[in-house]
Amino acid sequence: MKKIYVNEKWCLGCHLCEYNCAFAATGEKNMALALKDKKIYPKVRVEDNGKIMYAVSCRHCDDPICVKSCISGALSKEDGVVKIDKNKCIGCLTCVLVCPYGALVQDGNSAVTKCELCTDNSCGEPACVRGCPNNAICFEER
Amino acid sequence: MKKYVIIGGGIASLGCIDGIRANDTDGTITLICGEDALPYSRPLISYYLEDKTTMEKMNYRSEEFYKSSGVDIKRGVKAEKIEGSIVICDNGEKIPFDKLLVAAGSSPFVPPIAGAESVKNKFTFMTEEDTLALEKAAKKDSEVLIIGAGLIGLKCAEGLKARVKKITVCDLADRVLSSILDKECAALVEEKLKENGINLMLSDSAESFCGNTAKMKSGKTVDFDILVMAVGVRPNTGLLKDIGADVNRGVLVNDKMETTAENIYAAGDLVESRDISSGTDKIMAILPNAYMGGFCAGSNMAGAEKTFDNQIPMNSIGFFGYHIMTAGSYDGELYEEKSGDSVKKLFIKDNHLAGFIFLGDAVEKAGIYTSLIRNKTPLDTIDFETIKKFPSLLPFSCEYRRKNLGGVL
Repeated sequence: MKKIYVNEKWCLGCHLCEYNCAFAATGEKNMALALKDKKIYPKVRVEDNGKIMYAVSCRHCDDPICVKSCISGALSKEDGVVKIDKNKCIGCLTCVLVCPYGALVQDGNSAVTKCELCTDNSCGEPACVRGCPNNAICFEER
Repeated sequence: MKKYVIIGGGIASLGCIDGIRANDTDGTITLICGEDALPYSRPLISYYLEDKTTMEKMNYRSEEFYKSSGVDIKRGVKAEKIEGSIVICDNGEKIPFDKLLVAAGSSPFVPPIAGAESVKNKFTFMTEEDTLALEKAAKKDSEVLIIGAGLIGLKCAEGLKARVKKITVCDLADRVLSSILDKECAALVEEKLKENGINLMLSDSAESFCGNTAKMKSGKTVDFDILVMAVGVRPNTGLLKDIGADVNRGVLVNDKMETTAENIYAAGDLVESRDISSGTDKIMAILPNAYMGGFCAGSNMAGAEKTFDNQIPMNSIGFFGYHIMTAGSYDGELYEEKSGDSVKKLFIKDNHLAGFIFLGDAVEKAGIYTSLIRNKTPLDTIDFETIKKFPSLLPFSCEYRRKNLGGVL
Protein backbone atom coordinates (compact mmCIF):
# COMPACT_ATOMS: atom_id res chain seq x y z
CA MET A 1 0.00 0.00 0.00
CA LYS A 2 1.08 3.58 -0.65
CA LYS A 3 2.69 5.38 2.28
CA ILE A 4 4.58 8.60 2.89
CA TYR A 5 8.37 8.27 2.71
CA VAL A 6 11.10 10.85 2.96
CA ASN A 7 14.30 11.26 0.97
CA GLU A 8 16.52 12.84 3.57
CA LYS A 9 19.10 14.01 1.04
CA TRP A 10 16.57 16.09 -0.87
CA CYS A 11 14.92 17.92 2.03
CA LEU A 12 15.61 21.67 1.97
CA GLY A 13 14.27 22.26 5.47
CA CYS A 14 11.76 24.80 4.12
CA HIS A 15 8.92 23.61 6.43
CA LEU A 16 6.36 24.05 3.62
CA CYS A 17 5.06 20.57 4.40
CA GLU A 18 4.07 21.73 7.87
CA TYR A 19 2.06 24.65 6.46
CA ASN A 20 0.47 22.56 3.73
CA CYS A 21 -0.50 19.98 6.33
CA ALA A 22 -2.05 22.53 8.66
CA PHE A 23 -3.82 24.20 5.72
CA ALA A 24 -5.27 20.92 4.42
CA ALA A 25 -6.88 20.36 7.81
CA THR A 26 -8.75 23.68 7.66
CA GLY A 27 -10.67 22.89 4.46
CA GLU A 28 -10.29 26.59 3.48
CA LYS A 29 -9.38 27.85 0.00
CA ASN A 30 -6.80 30.52 0.81
CA MET A 31 -3.76 29.53 2.85
CA ALA A 32 -2.88 33.03 3.98
CA LEU A 33 -6.39 33.70 5.26
CA ALA A 34 -6.63 30.27 6.85
CA LEU A 35 -3.32 30.31 8.73
CA LYS A 36 -2.38 33.96 9.22
CA ASP A 37 -1.65 34.78 12.88
CA LYS A 38 -2.76 31.28 13.93
CA LYS A 39 -0.72 28.74 15.85
CA ILE A 40 -0.52 25.69 13.64
CA TYR A 41 -0.57 22.04 14.70
CA PRO A 42 0.88 20.20 11.71
CA LYS A 43 0.94 16.42 11.70
CA VAL A 44 4.24 16.38 9.87
CA ARG A 45 7.27 18.02 11.52
CA VAL A 46 10.67 18.86 10.09
CA GLU A 47 13.68 17.88 12.16
CA ASP A 48 16.75 19.88 11.29
CA ASN A 49 20.20 20.26 12.87
CA GLY A 50 21.59 22.51 10.14
CA LYS A 51 23.21 19.59 8.30
CA ILE A 52 20.56 16.90 8.23
CA MET A 53 16.88 17.64 7.68
CA TYR A 54 13.80 15.60 6.93
CA ALA A 55 10.08 15.48 7.67
CA VAL A 56 8.58 13.05 10.20
CA SER A 57 4.99 11.88 10.12
CA CYS A 58 3.16 8.74 11.26
CA ARG A 59 4.69 5.54 9.90
CA HIS A 60 1.37 3.65 10.06
CA CYS A 61 3.34 0.84 11.70
CA ASP A 62 2.51 -2.80 11.01
CA ASP A 63 2.21 -3.30 14.75
CA PRO A 64 1.21 0.18 15.99
CA ILE A 65 2.02 0.55 19.67
CA CYS A 66 -0.09 3.73 19.87
CA VAL A 67 -3.23 1.78 18.94
CA LYS A 68 -2.40 -0.93 21.46
CA SER A 69 -1.78 1.63 24.19
CA CYS A 70 -4.74 3.98 23.64
CA ILE A 71 -6.79 4.07 26.83
CA SER A 72 -9.95 5.38 25.18
CA GLY A 73 -10.15 3.26 22.03
CA ALA A 74 -9.72 6.44 19.96
CA LEU A 75 -6.88 5.06 17.84
CA SER A 76 -7.47 2.28 15.36
CA LYS A 77 -5.95 0.96 12.17
CA GLU A 78 -8.25 0.75 9.16
CA ASP A 79 -7.17 -0.22 5.66
CA GLY A 80 -3.54 0.31 6.60
CA VAL A 81 -4.08 3.81 8.03
CA VAL A 82 -3.74 4.53 11.75
CA LYS A 83 -6.68 6.82 12.51
CA ILE A 84 -7.76 8.85 15.50
CA ASP A 85 -11.36 9.43 16.52
CA LYS A 86 -11.10 12.86 18.15
CA ASN A 87 -14.55 12.43 19.55
CA LYS A 88 -13.25 9.59 21.72
CA CYS A 89 -9.77 10.99 22.46
CA ILE A 90 -9.55 12.49 25.95
CA GLY A 91 -6.02 13.85 25.54
CA CYS A 92 -4.23 11.60 28.04
CA LEU A 93 -1.21 11.51 25.69
CA THR A 94 -0.43 7.83 26.28
CA CYS A 95 0.15 7.58 22.51
CA VAL A 96 2.72 10.40 22.76
CA LEU A 97 4.38 8.43 25.57
CA VAL A 98 4.84 5.34 23.38
CA CYS A 99 5.33 6.47 19.76
CA PRO A 100 9.02 5.88 18.90
CA TYR A 101 8.91 8.54 16.16
CA GLY A 102 7.28 11.38 18.08
CA ALA A 103 4.62 11.39 15.36
CA LEU A 104 1.56 12.12 17.49
CA VAL A 105 1.11 15.71 18.60
CA GLN A 106 -1.30 17.73 20.71
CA ASP A 107 -3.88 19.57 18.60
CA GLY A 108 -4.19 22.64 20.85
CA ASN A 109 -7.69 21.52 21.77
CA SER A 110 -7.09 18.83 24.45
CA ALA A 111 -6.90 16.02 21.93
CA VAL A 112 -4.17 14.43 19.86
CA THR A 113 -3.77 14.71 16.13
CA LYS A 114 -1.82 12.64 13.64
CA CYS A 115 -1.25 12.02 9.96
CA GLU A 116 -4.01 10.00 8.31
CA LEU A 117 -2.46 10.30 4.83
CA CYS A 118 -5.01 13.07 4.06
CA THR A 119 -7.83 10.51 4.05
CA ASP A 120 -9.44 12.74 6.70
CA ASN A 121 -9.75 15.78 4.40
CA SER A 122 -10.66 16.51 0.81
CA CYS A 123 -7.06 16.80 -0.38
CA GLY A 124 -6.83 13.52 -2.23
CA GLU A 125 -3.08 13.00 -2.31
CA PRO A 126 -1.25 13.94 0.94
CA ALA A 127 -0.80 17.73 1.02
CA CYS A 128 2.76 17.54 2.36
CA VAL A 129 3.78 15.44 -0.64
CA ARG A 130 1.98 17.55 -3.24
CA GLY A 131 3.49 20.77 -1.91
CA CYS A 132 7.07 19.58 -1.41
CA PRO A 133 9.21 21.65 -3.81
CA ASN A 134 12.05 19.12 -4.01
CA ASN A 135 10.29 15.73 -3.96
CA ALA A 136 11.81 15.07 -0.55
CA ILE A 137 8.50 13.58 0.59
CA CYS A 138 6.76 11.06 -1.61
CA PHE A 139 3.66 8.92 -1.51
CA GLU A 140 4.30 5.53 -3.04
CA GLU A 141 4.61 1.79 -2.61
CA ARG A 142 8.00 0.68 -1.39
CA MET B 1 -12.32 -26.30 16.59
CA LYS B 2 -10.67 -24.90 19.68
CA LYS B 3 -12.71 -23.58 22.59
CA TYR B 4 -11.27 -20.37 24.02
CA VAL B 5 -12.58 -18.90 27.26
CA ILE B 6 -11.61 -15.49 28.63
CA ILE B 7 -12.39 -14.36 32.17
CA GLY B 8 -12.58 -10.58 32.60
CA GLY B 9 -14.00 -7.65 30.66
CA GLY B 10 -10.99 -5.35 30.49
CA ILE B 11 -8.45 -4.40 27.87
CA ALA B 12 -6.33 -7.55 28.37
CA SER B 13 -9.33 -9.55 27.18
CA LEU B 14 -9.69 -7.36 24.09
CA GLY B 15 -6.00 -7.91 23.34
CA CYS B 16 -6.56 -11.65 23.76
CA ILE B 17 -9.50 -11.64 21.32
CA ASP B 18 -7.37 -9.77 18.77
CA GLY B 19 -4.48 -12.19 19.32
CA ILE B 20 -6.70 -15.25 18.90
CA ARG B 21 -8.47 -13.93 15.81
CA ALA B 22 -5.18 -12.96 14.16
CA ASN B 23 -4.30 -16.65 14.24
CA ASP B 24 -7.54 -18.61 14.39
CA THR B 25 -10.79 -17.43 12.83
CA ASP B 26 -12.69 -20.64 13.55
CA GLY B 27 -12.41 -21.39 17.27
CA THR B 28 -15.20 -20.34 19.63
CA ILE B 29 -14.53 -17.52 22.10
CA THR B 30 -16.53 -17.08 25.28
CA LEU B 31 -15.95 -13.87 27.24
CA ILE B 32 -17.08 -13.89 30.85
CA CYS B 33 -17.62 -10.32 32.09
CA GLY B 34 -18.47 -9.74 35.72
CA GLU B 35 -20.10 -6.43 34.96
CA ASP B 36 -23.28 -5.84 32.96
CA ALA B 37 -21.59 -3.29 30.71
CA LEU B 38 -19.77 -4.06 27.47
CA PRO B 39 -15.99 -4.02 28.02
CA TYR B 40 -15.13 -0.40 28.74
CA SER B 41 -12.11 1.65 29.70
CA ARG B 42 -11.87 1.98 33.44
CA PRO B 43 -9.28 4.79 33.29
CA LEU B 44 -11.98 6.94 31.68
CA ILE B 45 -14.40 6.99 34.59
CA SER B 46 -12.98 10.27 35.94
CA TYR B 47 -13.45 11.83 32.49
CA TYR B 48 -17.08 10.77 32.63
CA LEU B 49 -17.51 12.74 35.86
CA GLU B 50 -15.86 15.70 34.13
CA ASP B 51 -18.37 15.38 31.27
CA LYS B 52 -15.53 14.75 28.83
CA THR B 53 -16.89 11.38 27.72
CA THR B 54 -20.04 9.30 27.92
CA MET B 55 -20.71 5.75 29.04
CA GLU B 56 -21.25 4.80 25.40
CA LYS B 57 -17.96 6.33 24.23
CA MET B 58 -16.14 4.55 27.05
CA ASN B 59 -16.83 1.17 25.43
CA TYR B 60 -13.67 -0.03 23.71
CA ARG B 61 -15.58 -1.64 20.88
CA SER B 62 -19.15 -1.68 19.62
CA GLU B 63 -21.52 -4.57 20.22
CA GLU B 64 -21.15 -5.32 16.51
CA PHE B 65 -17.43 -6.06 16.98
CA TYR B 66 -18.16 -8.98 19.30
CA LYS B 67 -20.75 -10.36 16.90
CA SER B 68 -18.51 -10.13 13.87
CA SER B 69 -15.56 -11.58 15.82
CA GLY B 70 -17.65 -14.51 16.94
CA VAL B 71 -17.37 -13.71 20.63
CA ASP B 72 -20.10 -14.93 22.94
CA ILE B 73 -20.18 -12.37 25.76
CA LYS B 74 -21.69 -13.35 29.05
CA ARG B 75 -22.40 -10.07 30.78
CA GLY B 76 -22.99 -9.81 34.52
CA VAL B 77 -21.65 -13.33 35.03
CA LYS B 78 -18.80 -14.10 37.40
CA ALA B 79 -16.40 -17.00 37.11
CA GLU B 80 -16.36 -18.73 40.48
CA LYS B 81 -14.10 -21.69 40.03
CA ILE B 82 -11.87 -23.50 37.59
CA GLU B 83 -12.28 -27.29 37.67
CA GLY B 84 -10.01 -29.19 35.33
CA SER B 85 -10.82 -27.68 31.95
CA ILE B 86 -14.17 -26.20 32.94
CA VAL B 87 -14.99 -22.73 34.26
CA ILE B 88 -17.90 -22.73 36.70
CA CYS B 89 -19.88 -19.49 36.84
CA ASP B 90 -22.03 -17.96 39.55
CA ASN B 91 -25.16 -18.60 37.49
CA GLY B 92 -24.40 -22.30 37.50
CA GLU B 93 -23.15 -22.39 33.93
CA LYS B 94 -20.23 -24.70 33.21
CA ILE B 95 -18.05 -23.56 30.33
CA PRO B 96 -15.45 -26.00 28.97
CA PHE B 97 -12.20 -24.70 27.49
CA ASP B 98 -9.16 -25.87 25.59
CA LYS B 99 -7.30 -22.63 26.37
CA LEU B 100 -8.21 -20.18 29.11
CA LEU B 101 -7.13 -16.60 29.80
CA VAL B 102 -7.64 -15.27 33.30
CA ALA B 103 -7.73 -11.49 33.10
CA ALA B 104 -9.73 -10.83 36.23
CA GLY B 105 -7.97 -7.57 37.05
CA SER B 106 -7.82 -6.12 40.52
CA SER B 107 -10.17 -4.86 43.20
CA PRO B 108 -10.02 -1.81 45.43
CA PHE B 109 -8.35 -2.49 48.74
CA VAL B 110 -10.37 -1.02 51.59
CA PRO B 111 -8.41 -1.03 54.83
CA PRO B 112 -10.36 -1.56 58.01
CA ILE B 113 -10.78 1.81 59.73
CA ALA B 114 -12.62 2.14 63.04
CA GLY B 115 -16.13 3.51 62.65
CA ALA B 116 -16.23 3.01 58.85
CA GLU B 117 -19.62 1.31 59.21
CA SER B 118 -21.08 4.59 60.49
CA VAL B 119 -20.23 6.42 57.21
CA LYS B 120 -23.29 6.63 55.00
CA ASN B 121 -21.92 7.81 51.64
CA LYS B 122 -18.89 5.59 51.15
CA PHE B 123 -17.45 4.72 47.74
CA THR B 124 -14.59 3.15 45.88
CA PHE B 125 -13.64 4.41 42.41
CA MET B 126 -12.98 1.73 39.87
CA THR B 127 -16.06 0.69 37.92
CA GLU B 128 -18.92 2.27 36.00
CA GLU B 129 -21.20 1.29 38.84
CA ASP B 130 -18.98 3.16 41.36
CA THR B 131 -18.99 6.15 39.03
CA LEU B 132 -22.75 6.32 38.59
CA ALA B 133 -23.25 5.98 42.35
CA LEU B 134 -20.77 8.77 42.99
CA GLU B 135 -22.37 10.95 40.32
CA LYS B 136 -25.73 10.53 42.02
CA ALA B 137 -24.37 11.32 45.48
CA ALA B 138 -22.30 14.36 44.45
CA LYS B 139 -24.22 17.60 44.98
CA LYS B 140 -23.20 21.23 44.51
CA ASP B 141 -22.78 21.65 48.27
CA SER B 142 -21.07 18.30 48.93
CA GLU B 143 -17.79 18.07 50.77
CA VAL B 144 -15.68 15.12 49.68
CA LEU B 145 -12.88 13.32 51.50
CA ILE B 146 -10.70 11.07 49.38
CA ILE B 147 -8.37 8.66 51.16
CA GLY B 148 -5.36 8.11 48.91
CA ALA B 149 -3.45 10.59 46.72
CA GLY B 150 -2.42 8.05 44.08
CA LEU B 151 -3.56 7.90 40.47
CA ILE B 152 -7.10 6.78 41.33
CA GLY B 153 -7.68 9.19 44.21
CA LEU B 154 -6.39 12.24 42.36
CA LYS B 155 -8.22 11.43 39.13
CA CYS B 156 -11.38 11.06 41.20
CA ALA B 157 -10.71 14.49 42.74
CA GLU B 158 -10.27 16.07 39.32
CA GLY B 159 -13.42 14.39 38.02
CA LEU B 160 -15.54 15.56 40.93
CA LYS B 161 -14.10 19.08 41.24
CA ALA B 162 -16.72 20.95 39.23
CA ARG B 163 -19.58 18.95 40.74
CA VAL B 164 -19.02 19.58 44.44
CA LYS B 165 -18.17 22.32 46.94
CA LYS B 166 -15.01 21.02 48.54
CA ILE B 167 -12.53 18.20 48.02
CA THR B 168 -9.86 17.07 50.45
CA VAL B 169 -7.39 14.34 49.54
CA CYS B 170 -5.25 12.75 52.24
CA ASP B 171 -2.43 10.24 52.06
CA LEU B 172 -0.07 8.68 54.54
CA ALA B 173 2.80 9.31 52.12
CA ASP B 174 4.57 12.67 52.30
CA ARG B 175 3.69 13.47 48.68
CA VAL B 176 1.13 12.85 45.96
CA LEU B 177 1.63 10.07 43.38
CA SER B 178 4.37 8.59 45.53
CA SER B 179 4.57 5.47 43.35
CA ILE B 180 5.67 7.44 40.27
CA LEU B 181 7.05 10.83 41.37
CA ASP B 182 9.95 12.02 43.47
CA LYS B 183 9.47 14.70 46.11
CA GLU B 184 10.44 17.61 43.87
CA CYS B 185 8.13 16.69 40.98
CA ALA B 186 5.32 15.79 43.36
CA ALA B 187 5.59 19.29 44.86
CA LEU B 188 4.93 20.84 41.44
CA VAL B 189 1.88 18.64 40.93
CA GLU B 190 0.67 19.49 44.44
CA GLU B 191 0.90 23.16 43.56
CA LYS B 192 -1.29 22.63 40.45
CA LEU B 193 -3.82 20.67 42.47
CA LYS B 194 -4.00 23.39 45.11
CA GLU B 195 -4.31 26.12 42.47
CA ASN B 196 -7.33 24.23 41.20
CA GLY B 197 -8.94 24.08 44.59
CA ILE B 198 -8.01 20.59 45.80
CA ASN B 199 -7.08 20.52 49.50
CA LEU B 200 -4.27 18.16 50.36
CA MET B 201 -3.45 16.56 53.71
CA LEU B 202 -0.19 14.67 53.28
CA SER B 203 1.61 12.47 55.82
CA ASP B 204 -1.83 12.11 57.32
CA SER B 205 -4.82 9.81 57.00
CA ALA B 206 -8.10 8.91 58.63
CA GLU B 207 -7.67 6.99 61.85
CA SER B 208 -11.36 6.63 62.64
CA PHE B 209 -14.78 7.79 61.51
CA CYS B 210 -17.72 8.95 63.52
CA GLY B 211 -20.62 9.39 61.11
CA ASN B 212 -19.54 12.06 58.66
CA THR B 213 -16.43 13.16 60.50
CA ALA B 214 -12.98 11.70 60.06
CA LYS B 215 -10.52 11.86 62.89
CA MET B 216 -7.07 12.10 61.33
CA LYS B 217 -3.81 10.62 62.63
CA SER B 218 -2.55 14.18 63.16
CA GLY B 219 -5.45 14.86 65.51
CA LYS B 220 -7.26 17.11 63.03
CA THR B 221 -10.83 16.39 62.03
CA VAL B 222 -12.40 16.53 58.57
CA ASP B 223 -16.15 16.78 58.02
CA PHE B 224 -17.46 15.33 54.79
CA ASP B 225 -20.61 14.23 52.99
CA ILE B 226 -18.91 11.78 50.65
CA LEU B 227 -16.01 9.45 51.40
CA VAL B 228 -13.96 7.83 48.63
CA MET B 229 -11.53 5.05 49.52
CA ALA B 230 -8.65 5.01 47.03
CA VAL B 231 -5.69 3.62 48.95
CA GLY B 232 -4.80 0.97 46.40
CA VAL B 233 -5.82 -2.20 44.64
CA ARG B 234 -5.31 -5.93 45.13
CA PRO B 235 -4.90 -8.31 42.20
CA ASN B 236 -7.74 -10.83 41.82
CA THR B 237 -5.59 -13.93 42.03
CA GLY B 238 -8.12 -16.17 43.81
CA LEU B 239 -9.24 -18.31 40.84
CA LEU B 240 -5.67 -19.28 40.04
CA LYS B 241 -4.50 -19.62 43.63
CA ASP B 242 -7.34 -22.09 44.25
CA ILE B 243 -6.08 -24.45 41.56
CA GLY B 244 -2.50 -24.27 42.79
CA ALA B 245 -0.99 -22.03 40.11
CA ASP B 246 2.08 -20.14 41.29
CA VAL B 247 1.07 -16.80 42.77
CA ASN B 248 3.34 -14.34 44.50
CA ARG B 249 1.83 -10.86 44.96
CA GLY B 250 0.46 -11.31 41.45
CA VAL B 251 0.04 -14.37 39.27
CA LEU B 252 3.37 -15.58 37.92
CA VAL B 253 3.59 -15.88 34.14
CA ASN B 254 6.43 -16.55 31.72
CA ASP B 255 7.08 -14.30 28.73
CA LYS B 256 4.43 -16.18 26.74
CA MET B 257 1.93 -15.17 29.45
CA GLU B 258 1.46 -18.81 30.52
CA THR B 259 0.71 -19.46 34.18
CA THR B 260 2.10 -22.58 35.80
CA ALA B 261 -1.30 -24.26 35.30
CA GLU B 262 -1.60 -26.14 32.02
CA ASN B 263 -3.48 -24.39 29.19
CA ILE B 264 -4.16 -21.38 31.40
CA TYR B 265 -2.78 -17.93 30.63
CA ALA B 266 -3.05 -14.67 32.52
CA ALA B 267 -2.68 -11.00 31.60
CA GLY B 268 -3.48 -7.55 32.93
CA ASP B 269 -3.52 -6.11 36.41
CA LEU B 270 -3.29 -9.47 38.17
CA VAL B 271 0.04 -10.63 36.76
CA GLU B 272 3.51 -10.11 38.06
CA SER B 273 6.13 -9.80 35.37
CA ARG B 274 9.66 -8.67 34.69
CA ASP B 275 10.30 -4.93 34.52
CA ILE B 276 13.24 -4.83 32.10
CA SER B 277 14.23 -1.33 33.23
CA SER B 278 15.06 -2.55 36.74
CA GLY B 279 15.33 -6.31 36.22
CA THR B 280 12.81 -6.95 39.00
CA ASP B 281 9.46 -8.73 38.96
CA LYS B 282 6.44 -6.63 39.82
CA ILE B 283 2.82 -5.92 39.08
CA MET B 284 2.72 -3.23 36.40
CA ALA B 285 -0.98 -2.51 36.34
CA ILE B 286 -1.11 -0.25 33.33
CA LEU B 287 -3.33 -0.38 30.30
CA PRO B 288 -0.83 -0.70 27.42
CA ASN B 289 0.90 -3.65 29.09
CA ALA B 290 -2.47 -5.29 29.73
CA TYR B 291 -3.41 -5.08 26.05
CA MET B 292 -0.03 -6.29 24.86
CA GLY B 293 0.04 -9.11 27.43
CA GLY B 294 -3.46 -10.14 26.39
CA PHE B 295 -2.52 -10.05 22.71
CA CYS B 296 0.54 -12.19 23.36
CA ALA B 297 -1.52 -14.68 25.39
CA GLY B 298 -4.24 -14.85 22.72
CA SER B 299 -1.73 -15.44 19.94
CA ASN B 300 -0.10 -18.28 21.88
CA MET B 301 -3.47 -19.78 22.84
CA ALA B 302 -4.20 -19.97 19.12
CA GLY B 303 -0.94 -21.77 18.40
CA ALA B 304 1.38 -18.91 17.43
CA GLU B 305 4.76 -18.32 19.07
CA LYS B 306 4.75 -14.87 20.68
CA THR B 307 6.66 -13.42 23.57
CA PHE B 308 6.08 -10.24 25.55
CA ASP B 309 9.45 -9.56 27.06
CA ASN B 310 9.96 -5.80 27.06
CA GLN B 311 7.61 -4.58 29.75
CA ILE B 312 8.33 -1.45 31.69
CA PRO B 313 6.17 0.63 33.99
CA MET B 314 5.00 3.78 32.20
CA ASN B 315 2.31 6.35 32.81
CA SER B 316 0.88 9.34 31.05
CA ILE B 317 -1.53 11.28 33.20
CA GLY B 318 -2.57 14.86 33.67
CA PHE B 319 -4.39 17.02 36.15
CA PHE B 320 -6.16 20.23 35.16
CA GLY B 321 -4.16 20.38 31.92
CA TYR B 322 -0.78 19.74 33.54
CA HIS B 323 0.80 16.65 32.00
CA ILE B 324 2.93 14.05 33.75
CA MET B 325 4.81 11.25 32.00
CA THR B 326 6.96 8.67 33.69
CA ALA B 327 8.65 5.46 32.57
CA GLY B 328 11.13 2.86 33.72
CA SER B 329 13.11 3.05 36.95
CA TYR B 330 14.70 6.08 38.57
CA ASP B 331 18.10 4.60 39.03
CA GLY B 332 21.48 5.87 37.90
CA GLU B 333 22.99 9.16 36.89
CA LEU B 334 20.53 12.05 36.63
CA TYR B 335 20.28 14.52 33.75
CA GLU B 336 17.78 17.28 34.39
CA GLU B 337 16.35 20.42 32.85
CA LYS B 338 13.89 22.74 34.53
CA SER B 339 12.12 25.81 33.31
CA GLY B 340 9.00 27.18 34.93
CA ASP B 341 6.71 24.25 35.63
CA SER B 342 8.32 22.10 32.95
CA VAL B 343 10.70 19.42 34.25
CA LYS B 344 12.70 16.77 32.47
CA LYS B 345 14.62 14.13 34.38
CA LEU B 346 16.46 11.31 32.65
CA PHE B 347 18.06 8.47 34.61
CA ILE B 348 21.06 6.89 32.91
CA LYS B 349 22.61 3.62 34.03
CA ASP B 350 25.26 1.39 32.47
CA ASN B 351 25.10 2.98 29.03
CA HIS B 352 21.28 2.70 28.96
CA LEU B 353 18.36 4.98 29.66
CA ALA B 354 16.74 3.47 32.76
CA GLY B 355 13.81 5.84 33.22
CA PHE B 356 12.41 9.35 33.10
CA ILE B 357 10.02 11.83 34.66
CA PHE B 358 8.59 14.64 32.48
CA LEU B 359 6.26 17.38 33.63
CA GLY B 360 4.51 20.11 31.66
CA ASP B 361 5.80 20.88 28.17
CA ALA B 362 8.64 18.38 28.51
CA VAL B 363 6.26 15.57 27.53
CA GLU B 364 6.45 16.26 23.80
CA LYS B 365 7.88 13.35 21.76
CA ALA B 366 8.42 11.38 24.99
CA GLY B 367 7.98 8.14 23.05
CA ILE B 368 11.44 8.52 21.59
CA TYR B 369 12.84 8.16 25.13
CA THR B 370 10.38 5.40 26.03
CA SER B 371 11.58 3.34 23.08
CA LEU B 372 15.21 3.79 24.19
CA ILE B 373 14.22 2.14 27.49
CA ARG B 374 12.05 -0.59 25.95
CA ASN B 375 14.60 -1.43 23.26
CA LYS B 376 17.51 -1.23 25.72
CA THR B 377 19.37 0.89 23.17
CA PRO B 378 23.07 1.19 24.09
CA LEU B 379 23.52 4.95 24.43
CA ASP B 380 26.95 4.91 22.79
CA THR B 381 25.28 3.83 19.53
CA ILE B 382 23.39 7.14 19.26
CA ASP B 383 24.29 10.77 19.84
CA PHE B 384 23.02 10.85 23.40
CA GLU B 385 24.40 14.31 24.17
CA THR B 386 21.96 15.66 21.56
CA ILE B 387 18.97 13.48 22.29
CA LYS B 388 19.04 14.14 26.02
CA LYS B 389 18.31 17.77 25.20
CA PHE B 390 16.07 17.41 22.14
CA PRO B 391 14.04 14.29 21.41
CA SER B 392 14.20 13.62 17.67
CA LEU B 393 15.46 11.03 15.21
CA LEU B 394 18.55 13.12 14.38
CA PRO B 395 20.76 11.43 16.98
CA PHE B 396 20.07 8.02 15.42
CA SER B 397 22.09 6.61 12.55
CA CYS B 398 21.35 7.53 8.96
CA GLU B 399 20.47 3.85 8.36
CA TYR B 400 17.91 3.93 11.15
CA ARG B 401 16.18 6.87 9.54
CA ARG B 402 16.42 5.42 6.05
CA LYS B 403 14.80 2.24 7.27
CA ASN B 404 12.06 3.88 9.31
CA LEU B 405 11.29 7.04 7.36
CA GLY B 406 12.45 6.00 3.92
CA GLY B 407 10.98 2.52 3.96
CA VAL B 408 14.32 1.03 2.87
CA LEU B 409 14.75 -2.41 4.41
